[in-house]
Amino acid sequence: MDQPNIISVQGLCNSFGEQVIHQDLNLEVRRGEILGVVGGSGTGKSVLMRSIIGLQEPVAGKIRVFDEGMIGKEEDEASDVRRRWGVLFQGGALFSTLTVAENVQVPLREFYPDFSKALLDEIAHYKIYLSGLPADAAHKFPSELSGGMRKRAGLARALAMDPELLFLDEPTAGLDPIGAANFDNLTRDLKETLGLTVFLITHDLDTLYAICDRVAVLADQKVIAVGAIEELLAIDHPWINEYFSGPRGRAARRGHDKHNNNPQPELHQPGRS
Amino acid sequence: MANAAEFLQEDLADGGQILCLSGSFTIALIGDIDGRLRDLSADVRKIDLSAVEHMDTVGAWLVHRTAKASGAEIMGAGKDASRLLQAVSGADQTDIPPRPHPPSFERFLAEVGHSVVISFTTLLQFLGFVGQVVKASFILAMNPGRFRWHAVVQHFDMVGVRALGIIGLMSFLIGIVIAQQGAVQLRQFGAEVFTINLIGRLTFRELGILMTAIMVAGRSGSAFAAQIGTMKITEEIDAMRTIGVVPAEALVVPRVIAAVMMMPLLGIFASLMSVIGGGLLCWIVLEIPPATFVQRLREVTPMTDFWIGMIKAPVFGAIIAMAGCFQGMQVHGNAEQVGLKTTAAVVQAIFLVIVLDAFFAIFFSEIGWN
Repeated sequence: MDQPNIISVQGLCNSFGEQVIHQDLNLEVRRGEILGVVGGSGTGKSVLMRSIIGLQEPVAGKIRVFDEGMIGKEEDEASDVRRRWGVLFQGGALFSTLTVAENVQVPLREFYPDFSKALLDEIAHYKIYLSGLPADAAHKFPSELSGGMRKRAGLARALAMDPELLFLDEPTAGLDPIGAANFDNLTRDLKETLGLTVFLITHDLDTLYAICDRVAVLADQKVIAVGAIEELLAIDHPWINEYFSGPRGRAARRGHDKHNNNPQPELHQPGRS
Repeated sequence: MANAAEFLQEDLADGGQILCLSGSFTIALIGDIDGRLRDLSADVRKIDLSAVEHMDTVGAWLVHRTAKASGAEIMGAGKDASRLLQAVSGADQTDIPPRPHPPSFERFLAEVGHSVVISFTTLLQFLGFVGQVVKASFILAMNPGRFRWHAVVQHFDMVGVRALGIIGLMSFLIGIVIAQQGAVQLRQFGAEVFTINLIGRLTFRELGILMTAIMVAGRSGSAFAAQIGTMKITEEIDAMRTIGVVPAEALVVPRVIAAVMMMPLLGIFASLMSVIGGGLLCWIVLEIPPATFVQRLREVTPMTDFWIGMIKAPVFGAIIAMAGCFQGMQVHGNAEQVGLKTTAAVVQAIFLVIVLDAFFAIFFSEIGWN
């Protein structure tokens, strides 16, 4: 039952009109890992994620999530798969007319209409806590939250169903460095506590070094390399070299090495960030 | 496959009970366990997790809550389960304050007070907005180089040209309805020929312009509010301000000018279409030939009727555009606001148009333009 690959993408092709985004793209995401997806702007990272979660119909290719084919599934189909994943969109994509707690409860109400109001409130409460939001954020509306809090609220909603698979689209974009580092820790803690598999799109080199088990590099309309960062550094490809060995890449690496040489006492307390 | 969550109560030697949990304590399989655990009245001393196959945060929360409520000791938890229990237990340190929920009478009073305050502030803001637009118009009149001809022409197209079809059809049908109803009623007195008076005077003086205004409010007033409201949400208007572009100049004045210029033209068009519709019905039902119809129409419809319509039309256009732009500017926060303000723009515009129309009707009668 435990297939090693949670997501498998084979021969994926995507194009918008004349513009080809993906050409024969292959990718596999293993159970229990945090896979970082990187690539220049416009290389189709988000399109790849949207294809996997079924928001974008690819031109060709096979996508299997939890060993179930996802191509051509309507919105009301494959709900067994849908309840096993959670998605955090870039801006949080919270429902603006609902409070944070109500946002978290939306998927629960959808899939488990029998849950009592008290239980829903309790679940929303601890999910909000797990995502590192203060408790009084529960009754706030998304427009009353800062960008970072909105992301955390979006994460709380993505975690509502206790998913096995979590999609994060640029979770640290637009956060201050402290907030971004906290979010990284939160992601890693949640992954370890809840046993998540995480598909993480990011531009943030620090995130890659800090929490990703493997990194997939998108360029030339396909995944040109997948592996741990050390393996990627050994690959001779102009974009990869520039990405990891550019000034920002070097800075992130130095920061990471320094951090590893002076290990901090591990404090894996989700929500305490 | 995994078994549903279940628990058994067993008596302990020293009194009290032990809960033996089994199956999968996961969100999909907890079923009615939540209610049953809540209703437990026994004195639970221990909770045994050793037979639990799988647990997620929902299951961990239920165990944690039960243990906390009864002060029971949790035993037999595996590594994963302990980690989850520890994770959810942190939520106890924070308490979600209950949502403030004042009594309904209090809420009613608060709501009434709130809407009174809102009405007055909105009125003041609207006056301020009108002032801004007038000021912006003067500035633009002084510096014609800054005037956005392109935007105005674009709005001519949106407000005027693209509305021709629907306004023409509507007016044509209204002309038919007026003529038909007039013919039926006036026939009782043998005065069918006065149907032409009815058509001519009613369309040019009142209905042609009023129906056009209502249609423009529904088509363009709402569009103005939605466009500007969306720009407000996406911070485009803030961006304009920082660049030094005055939103009243760039967004509001072109729309107001377009509406002011297009309303009379659409009004003429609508009146003509009504007359054609009425004339057609007269021809078919009352057998009044078109030539006679036109001749009689010219005899009975004074030129002042036409001028009354032409005086009212630009005023209505200005009101519709101002209401739309004003409501758009009032949008704050979320997408729902765009919808609310768009509705408000249309309702406000139509209301103001009808109030002013009544005012105009009395005014023109008093000055002798009967």
